[in-house]
Order: sequence, then structure tokens, then C-alpha cells
Amino acid sequence: MLTVQSLRKKFGELEVVRGVSFEVSAGECYGLLGPNGAGKTTTLRCCLGLTAPDSGTITLDSLPVPARAREARARIGVVPQFDNLDPDFTVRENLRMYGRYFGLSRSEVARRVPWLLDYAGLADKADAQIEALSGGMKRRLTIARALVNDPRVLFLDEPTTGLDPQARHVVWERLKRLLGEGRTIILTTHFMDEAQRLCDRVAIMDHGVFLAEAPPHELIEREIEPVVIEVYGEGVGAWFETHARRLATRAELSGDTAFCYCREPEALLATLADAPELRVLRRAANLEDVFLKLTGRDLRD
Amino acid sequence: MTDQLRFRHVVYRNYRVWRKLLAASLVGNLLDPLFWLVGLGFGLGSLLPSVGGMRYLEFLGSGMICYGVMYSTSFEGLWSAFTRLKQQRTWEGILHAPMTVTDIVVGEWVWAALKGVLSGVAILTVMAALGLVRSPMALWALPVMLLTGLAFAGIALVITALARSYDHFVYYFTLFITPMMLISGVFFPTAQLPRAVQLVAQVLPLSHATQLARGLVLGRPIDNAFAHVAALALIAVVGVVLARALTARRLR
Repeated sequence: MLTVQSLRKKFGELEVVRGVSFEVSAGECYGLLGPNGAGKTTTLRCCLGLTAPDSGTITLDSLPVPARAREARARIGVVPQFDNLDPDFTVRENLRMYGRYFGLSRSEVARRVPWLLDYAGLADKADAQIEALSGGMKRRLTIARALVNDPRVLFLDEPTTGLDPQARHVVWERLKRLLGEGRTIILTTHFMDEAQRLCDRVAIMDHGVFLAEAPPHELIEREIEPVVIEVYGEGVGAWFETHARRLATRAELSGDTAFCYCREPEALLATLADAPELRVLRRAANLEDVFLKLTGRDLRD
Repeated sequence: MTDQLRFRHVVYRNYRVWRKLLAASLVGNLLDPLFWLVGLGFGLGSLLPSVGGMRYLEFLGSGMICYGVMYSTSFEGLWSAFTRLKQQRTWEGILHAPMTVTDIVVGEWVWAALKGVLSGVAILTVMAALGLVRSPMALWALPVMLLTGLAFAGIALVITALARSYDHFVYYFTLFITPMMLISGVFFPTAQLPRAVQLVAQVLPLSHATQLARGLVLGRPIDNAFAHVAALALIAVVGVVLARALTARRLR
């Protein structure tokens, strides 16, 4: 459905995407993960033909991009990172007008709008102004708007950023429904739980290159130790130096929390029996641990 | 065929928004020139015997048509277009559909010009109501209004593509639009001005527009009509081509 080969893009002196290749097949949900500034959005914009790559080839739904990007966009849906619903129109008018941009006839759009309103859960808000909608409603409407042309592929750039947990779960449920209908989804996110829930495969990206690419569970098995012991509380530093460094396969001290990645955590846990002032959390390794291992703990501003 | 006319979706979008504010827009378009014409035309005009062989009201009215086109078009191409570009991200949304930067810029260009024509027509209507339009030849002022609108829309969209905030438009108005309004023969004949200023005035788009419109509305001969049309057309085309390139660079 989407093939990207050796994609490169420079803005001024800064090379934002430095040789990225990947493939997404029909019906798959593919996630691009990475910290802010990793090159996710630029990669996505290149795939849509909105930014011209410096080199590399992109094929979207068998059309070369950017050469025939406009035609390709006629067959796909796009959900941007920042809402750009048209505030001069109501909910229903937004859907209708967007259909116009796709060259759909008035009657085609009119037939489709009730389904879209229903999908977005906004049937009773059809005549509301955009500014009267909550963040979650706007997001759902933006997703519904991207479906106006009944696309087989959907691109979403950070679909749940800025939403509260309730709204995020609703968005996930709606996206799963689309996957159930056999549509292809390509999304960027920096929420690991989102990627783990939705994506069949994820790529972790940083500084313009892919660091790893696999199904989420495989990535966890391959890249990281299965058990994580988190220790925090007063005196964690001393404990970390004497025990964690020696007994954990890999250990990191971040602020006043020690993260210990282990295969066999029993020996390490035994040392904590003598330290009642330290609090301990034992959990299975997840995608976030992989992400932090590969991209580091440094802040990205 | 329909492929080249995709810009019409952008025109239609703006039209639909405008229609929601139809009443307010028409009142402004009609009342504003009426006040100017009555105030300046009758008030100042009664002190003047004749201006360039015309009643002052006739002189002023035919100039006001072009001023109205310029003003409406510029406002739409600057403040309104910039709002859609930056504040509302409307253009970004349209680009996610199978539309191109060219479709958007051409659509905005045509729309801003049409809003200018609307203002011009309103002033022409007020003039007709005051008995200042005597010949059906005045209808030929319509294509001149459109051309004038396209010229000012082209310039406005270039400024919009370069602007970082609304503040930039104040410079454009203060340094370009206002002095042009004063020296392009809208309120008094250019012949009253010092020679150097006259030379500058000659190349300004508003001068070309005013001379064409005045001749057509009042049924008087126009000197160098073809040159005026060519100048406006050149500004319009260079403007929209440049605006397209600058907008594409900005949105890439």
C-alpha cells in the first residue's frame, strides 16, 4: 500500500530525514514512534506529497509521490496533528465542504454525511459550531472528515495528543473499527500505549533514521530484558551503586528512581528486603522501555 | 477541464462563509460609499465649479469605484486570507484533500477580486441612484473592476505569503495603499500634483484603474486605454504567479 525507499529531506543545513525505508501492506496498522523532532511528521508529509523529498522514492497506493501525489491524496484520508477544522462552518458543513474538495457531488456527500456523523458520535451536534465542540469531539470530527472519500488508507499524525484519557479511548475504539473494516492506518505517536494497542508493526525513529522496526511484542522481546524493577525513595542512590549495577543486566538512575532491567530479578529483589525505606515496583518490560533504551532519556525541546 | 477549475472549490468555500454575513456585508458595501459620495461629493463639490470638465460628484464617484475595489480586495487578500493561512489553518486542511497550492492561491485570488467587484458594483449602483450614470456603456466598467481586483488581489496575496503577523499589513496600507489613494486621481486630478509625484502616480495600479473606470462610467474618451489594461493585467499575473511560488515555499 505504501513503499518508501531511502527517503532523505533537508531543511536548510539540517537533515531531518536521513535515509528511511519501510513498507506498509494493505490492512496493516503501522506506527512511527519517536521523540519530538525525530522526523516523523516530515516523513509523513513526504508520503502525502506535501513536502518534496531531496532523494528517495515513495509509492502510495501504486502511485508515485510526489509526481502524482494529488491523485494519491484523492484515495486516502489525512488527520493532521493540529486541528484545522473550518471554524466558519458547522459540523455538518465541515463534512460537506470537505467532500467538495475531493470533487464529490452534492448528492454523494449528502449520502455519506449521516454515516460520518454517526461514526464521529456527533449526530446530535450536526448543526453546532466548531468552537462549541470539546477537544475529543473535534478530533473525532477530523477523523470523520478524513473518511469523506471512503479511503482505503488513513494517515494520522499524533491522533490523541492533547486528549483526556476518556477521549483517547474513544478515538482508539473508532480507529480499531476502521482497521476491522480492512482499512490501512499509518500513524505517528509518542504514546507507547497507543502504539502497543493499535499497531501491528512499529518503527522507532530518532534523528531522522529508523532505530528498530518490528511488531511491538517482538521489539520488546528482542531489544530488552523481560522484567523491570523500579526502585525509588530516600537512599536509592547508594543502593543503586552497591546492588543495582552489579545484579541487574542493565540499570539506569533517573532523578530519584532506579530502573533495573533484569532476566532473573530474584537476587536483586533480595537486596531490597533489608531496605524498607525504598519502594519497589516490579513489572513486565513494555514498549516505553524499548523506546527509552533506543532514544535515551534526554529531554527534547 | 474540471481539473483546471478545482480552484472553484476555494471560491465556493469563501462564498459560503460570506453568505452567512450577507446582510452586514451588503449594508457596509452600500452605505460606506453613499456616505462618502454625499459628504464629499455634495459638501466639497458645491465649492468647486468643475473638475477636469466634470461635476465633482461625477469625478469623485467614478474614482471611488476603483478605490472601493482596491480596498475590499486588499482587505480580503490580506487579513482574511492570512486568517485562513495561519490562524485557522484552512489552507493546510484543503491541501490534505486532492487540492494543490495553485488551486488555493488562484481560488483566493479570484475570490478577493470578486469581493472587490461587489464593492465597485455597489458604488456604481449608488451613483446610478444619484443620477450620475447616463450611458449603458458604464457596464463596461465591470470587467475593469474585475481586472483591478485581480491586480490588487495578486499584490495582497504576495504580502500575505510573506507576512509573519497582521502587523505587516499596516505597513502595506500606510506605505502603499493610502499614498496611492491620494495621488492616483480618486479625489482630485493628478494634474494638481508636482511633476515628480505625477510620474510616480502614472505607474500605480490605482491610476490605471481610475482612468479606465472614469472614462467608461462617464462616457468620456480614454487616453492610452490599452496601456492601462495591459499594465493592470501584468500586475495581476505577476502577482498571482509570485504569490503561488511564495505560498508553496511557505507551506512545504
